[in-house]
Amino acid sequence: MHMADALISPAVGIGFWAASISVIALCANKLKNTFNDKIIPLMGVMGAFIFAGQMINFTIPATGSSGHIGGGLLLTIILGPWAAFITISSVLFVQALFFADGGLLALGCNIWNLGIYPCFIAYPLIYKLIAGNSSNNKNIMIGSVLGVILGLELGAFSVVSETVLSGITELPFLTFTGIMLPIHLLIALVEGTVKGAIIIYVKNIQPDLFYAENHSDNAFLNLKKALISIGVLALITGGIFSWFASTHPDGLEWSLGKISGQEELPPKETELHKNLSRLQEKTAFLPDYSFGKQESREPENASWLAVSGGTSVSGIIGGIFSLGLTILIGIVIKFFRKRNLVNTQ
Amino acid sequence: MSHHIIEAQDLYFVYPDGTKAINGISFKIIHGESVGIVGSNGAGKSTLIMQMNGFFLPTSGSLKIGATPVNEKTKVDIRRHVGLVFQNPDDQLFMPTVFDDIAFGPLNLGFSKEEVEKCVDESLKMVGCLELKDRPSHHLSLGQKRAVSIACILSMGPDILVMDEPSSFLDHRSRRDLINLLKKFTHTKIIVSHDLDLILEVCERCIILKDGKIQADGKAKDILSEENILKQNNLELPLTLQKNNILK
Amino acid sequence: MSFNQFEFFDLGYLDYLSYKDTFIHRIDPRAKLIVSLIFIITVISFPKYEISSLFIYFFFPIFLIAMADLPAKVIIKRIFIVSPFALMIGIFNPIIDRKVIITIYGLGITSGWISYFSIIIKFILTVSTGFILIATTSFPGICLALEKLKVPKVFVLQLMFIYRYIFVLGEEVVRTMRARELRSFGKKGYELSIAGNILGTLLLRTIDRSERIYQSMCSRGFTGNINLSKKINFTLTDLLYTLILSAMFIVLRFFSGSYAVGRMLLGKGS
Ligand SMILES: Nc1ncnc2c1ncn2[C@@H]1O[C@H](COP(=O)(O)OP(=O)(O)O)[C@@H](O)[C@H]1O
Ligand SMILES: [Mg+2]
Repeated sequence: MHMADALISPAVGIGFWAASISVIALCANKLKNTFNDKIIPLMGVMGAFIFAGQMINFTIPATGSSGHIGGGLLLTIILGPWAAFITISSVLFVQALFFADGGLLALGCNIWNLGIYPCFIAYPLIYKLIAGNSSNNKNIMIGSVLGVILGLELGAFSVVSETVLSGITELPFLTFTGIMLPIHLLIALVEGTVKGAIIIYVKNIQPDLFYAENHSDNAFLNLKKALISIGVLALITGGIFSWFASTHPDGLEWSLGKISGQEELPPKETELHKNLSRLQEKTAFLPDYSFGKQESREPENASWLAVSGGTSVSGIIGGIFSLGLTILIGIVIKFFRKRNLVNTQ
Repeated sequence: MSHHIIEAQDLYFVYPDGTKAINGISFKIIHGESVGIVGSNGAGKSTLIMQMNGFFLPTSGSLKIGATPVNEKTKVDIRRHVGLVFQNPDDQLFMPTVFDDIAFGPLNLGFSKEEVEKCVDESLKMVGCLELKDRPSHHLSLGQKRAVSIACILSMGPDILVMDEPSSFLDHRSRRDLINLLKKFTHTKIIVSHDLDLILEVCERCIILKDGKIQADGKAKDILSEENILKQNNLELPLTLQKNNILK
Repeated sequence: MSFNQFEFFDLGYLDYLSYKDTFIHRIDPRAKLIVSLIFIITVISFPKYEISSLFIYFFFPIFLIAMADLPAKVIIKRIFIVSPFALMIGIFNPIIDRKVIITIYGLGITSGWISYFSIIIKFILTVSTGFILIATTSFPGICLALEKLKVPKVFVLQLMFIYRYIFVLGEEVVRTMRARELRSFGKKGYELSIAGNILGTLLLRTIDRSERIYQSMCSRGFTGNINLSKKINFTLTDLLYTLILSAMFIVLRFFSGSYAVGRMLLGKGS
């Protein structure tokens, strides 16, 4: 469920980066204040554990596909929300680099989608309330499954929102949601069960490992603050998005049009809107939603962007030619490097 | 004040779960001495040396490093003087590169960046591994990891070196390198090992531990050739001495 | 239940490449990180239907693969086994958006296909940039860069620990799984609860390990603060590398090189 670079617009990417980095900074600060030295190596190896654990794929019954543990909720149960958020972020960072799961710019989105919900919503509102620090296996299992479901569904919903906001795909919001949520329900059921089994196993052997046992009171106080700060952050990011969306309403309108069965809502080409979109093409790092209207534009504006007619043919031929040329140059560089090596040895 | 001396007086230690790991131990190790501690699994060797770094504090009796008794207040200071090399280098080397790992201690001691650089180079030279400086730890062989672990400790400038099973995981060649290295050090040394041949070569004194009590304490050459004492403690004669016996 | 060894060893391979010694490998990690980010942002900032202008951006990965002496085949192979989420989502574009915009020899090309093709190109460009970054910059170097760029220290430390222990724990998983396989006598498909037990055991061992690491840290004077000291210099070369490449990306974003080349080839002038 990793969000990919190729699906997001720079605005969404940068916006979520900013949001995720703020939460990381907040968590880092929190850890500094309530300091427990031991948590540093524990967080570190727990991150590596999530990795190693993900190498074990188990088959999802009746589907033939395979799943692996995600990190968020399990980390939170052991490390508490602050430390867990930092750990899951770092795991995602390493995944983005070594496995290109997601990508560097989509990392902000991925940290948000896979970190915020399990650490700050699913854990306090579901797992902690149901399983808390009880050692009742049934409660642990239910808490774990429901917690993972909530976390993953919220994450999947975020993926949909981020994609639609970015306007790169044509997939309408509702359809997309309708595809993503059921898939992730299934994944969450399996993952929640495995996590529940892990927690039960560990609790039987070493019952004093878990965060809730050691932080019964102030965890809840902190939690309130956490929810408030995250609410504020969400508002800010939401604000940024709606600003971007409003300077460029086509994408949302378009998908609304799709959903309501119309080809397109009647275009409202006000003077301001025209100027805005012209400005945007020149400056803003936003994808252009408005291909359909391209023809109606004045030719001199469209010339450097347009995909129509002769220019586009020359563009594509030029592009392919340059690609060929660079590959050739690349091969030549490699050839000479090798020869140099041979000569100097 | 010299920190090179370790003295235990009627030392007891009980784990929180009730396991009596150390049951009345007394010894005195003096400046420059090298002492091997041997005994079967569960004898209490690791527990004893963890106490020398203040990770477990005596339940009763006392343990002194130099003139300082090990307790909650002194343990941080004591760790500067007693360098502990852990059994598993993967636990000891926790930073991504050799440099970072060796620099970790000196940085905590508040050295400047230049001093740290110098210190890292010197420690690596001492173990003969200067060329490994910028390598990531997971690219090292086990023998190299062991040498770097020792360099990590040397960089802190300890008075006493304490090692838990230094030759475990090593092949013949690396073990030989390790023995030669250990012989070179003039520090006070305490070496816990199952490898009695290593003890025989490196240490002049040997202590046998069983169920948290001292069974024998004396010259390594004498104790390690007493087949009876060794048998009573579930140990075997060092290989080098076994061969001699056959030849005789 | 199976064990994905492939992923594990592949990680090792990229890591191994990152310790090569070439001009690109020697560039300051900060420069490479920043240049990669600017590259990705520029690439994905192209409008939904842009294809031709994107082609020219292949010069960057190709240039790096050549200069850093990376095995092009491996990088290409990796791009295609990456999680294809973007490509799966993108395939809806040609299905939904069927407006024909160009007809070439009677074959109508819809805007949906164009936008999908654009997603594919962006996908290849961004993914390869990520791989090339990690194949030309050692991970400790990246950590160092982040630290110098004022990323919170706990986070950087966290990355360092993960990097150090991925390999250690990965080997532990390999051993556990092998032991399992030996005892399962070829039987395949474990229950989820067994996966839970294996992971639980691994988790317990991991936590024990963290205890020993903590002791090792304490015995070397750790009192809650970790200082990092490695020095790196941002040289003139690094600065030029950053400026020239970033400038090229941005200029190409606004003045498409592809069009210019194409016009020239077709003899149309501008
Ligand atoms: N953390 C612990 N908690 C409880 N008992 C322990 C712990 N560590 C070791 N022990 C027990 O203490 C005794 C001595 O162990 P140890 O010092 O590790 O022996 P050795 O290193 O000689 O093999 C053993 O009986 C062991 O089971
Ligand atoms: Mg032991």
